[in-house]
Amino acid sequence: MSAPGADGTVSFEPRIIAFVCNWCTYTGADLAGTSRLPMAPNVRIIRLPCTGRIDTLFILKAFERGADGVIVSGCHPADCHYTSGNYHARRRFAIFRELMEFVGIDPRRVTFSWVSASEGGKWAEVVNGTTERVRQLGPFETYPGRVRSAGE
Amino acid sequence: MFVLRVNSMQDLKELSKKLLEQKQVSAILGYEHGRRGPRPVFVTEVADCERLVFDHRCVHNLAAYLSPRRTLVAQLGRLAVVVKACDARAVAGLIRESQLKREDVVLIGVRCGGVVRDPNGAEQLSADNVAPRCLECDKREPALADHLVGEPKPPPPGSASRDARLSEIEALSPGERLTLWTSLLSRCTRCHACRQVCPMCFCERCIADKTQPTWIETSPHARGNLAWHLTRALHLAGRCVNCGECERACPAHIPLGLLNRKVARVVAERYGYRVTDDPSTPTPIGAYRLDDEQEFIQ
Repeated sequence: MSAPGADGTVSFEPRIIAFVCNWCTYTGADLAGTSRLPMAPNVRIIRLPCTGRIDTLFILKAFERGADGVIVSGCHPADCHYTSGNYHARRRFAIFRELMEFVGIDPRRVTFSWVSASEGGKWAEVVNGTTERVRQLGPFETYPGRVRSAGE
Repeated sequence: MFVLRVNSMQDLKELSKKLLEQKQVSAILGYEHGRRGPRPVFVTEVADCERLVFDHRCVHNLAAYLSPRRTLVAQLGRLAVVVKACDARAVAGLIRESQLKREDVVLIGVRCGGVVRDPNGAEQLSADNVAPRCLECDKREPALADHLVGEPKPPPPGSASRDARLSEIEALSPGERLTLWTSLLSRCTRCHACRQVCPMCFCERCIADKTQPTWIETSPHARGNLAWHLTRALHLAGRCVNCGECERACPAHIPLGLLNRKVARVVAERYGYRVTDDPSTPTPIGAYRLDDEQEFIQ
């Protein structure tokens, strides 16, 4: 969290981790970049082979290590490079999302999306939308055992 | 099927003797009286069959001993196991997930009208001492069994289902829920009793034991509380047999059953899946449908 600005308001820049699949969303994010689409600089991308590789522990680890929001994104249904990885991920995250909500992790902090390689514009929307939403929610300091600063 | 008699314990003893004498099995895994109520016992001698008992205090899920990781149990040879309806669901789970072959075990099904929370004391089963998960169970006898003993039992007394508590928690705000669970889970010492006692937790190497990298903090630090308990509940999605052993084994009295119950309800609502003692049904987490609901995905 930043220091109070000149007008006394506290500006908070959320730290957001994006777990994306190599084949669709990472390429889509690349397209957004090369297209020079305006995007919030708050998102750090971690590239994985497939959404099927994204363990729910990745999300929790991100929160533990100081993330305020998480994006999980991959290929649209029927487009998975490995045929069915995203279908398996969809079930896993559907259950995990409700469990997460049940223990009090605000589901607005975690965005799930399908972004294809040609959807650079959609990726920019996902990034900007998530950043704005998490900025409203504030830092996730209530996550149990969260590290105080990035280097800790 | 074994012939029914009025005295269920006598039935159990005679059947066990027969199985051992005819060398159908080399040991019976059942319950005997202990200082703090019934406890698990392996009976290998015909004469010891007299020690076998079964009543409403036999809470343990003996299917946990059938995991292939229990190599000492495997050395005993072919086992006959006393199973309640919930225990039979665990045996079915082990068969379904290729951890056990059906022909490697003889199942002695017992009719069950619910068990108590604590096997110590409690001569009578009452609405005050019945295990909450038994009120969610409508199976008075297992379908997956080679023999069935005991007289038919009525449903357990009481009506205090955990669903009321679930609704209470769901009605709270996200912040209040996080405060509640942070406080409940802060008692966790990461002793992993919930994992050791669980018949469905049979991974050769648990992710909680891996330290390079450390996905789940191994020391009793707040950092790993959500990571461990959410992962445990999620890995049991569509697999938890609702035997309540994790909650009973927990020395910190964390209501782990609430997390399991929540996941079971999500799986039932989203995928129409209920855990049964039919080993041929696939688990929902290992399967998918092209038209699964995805209202939460942008």
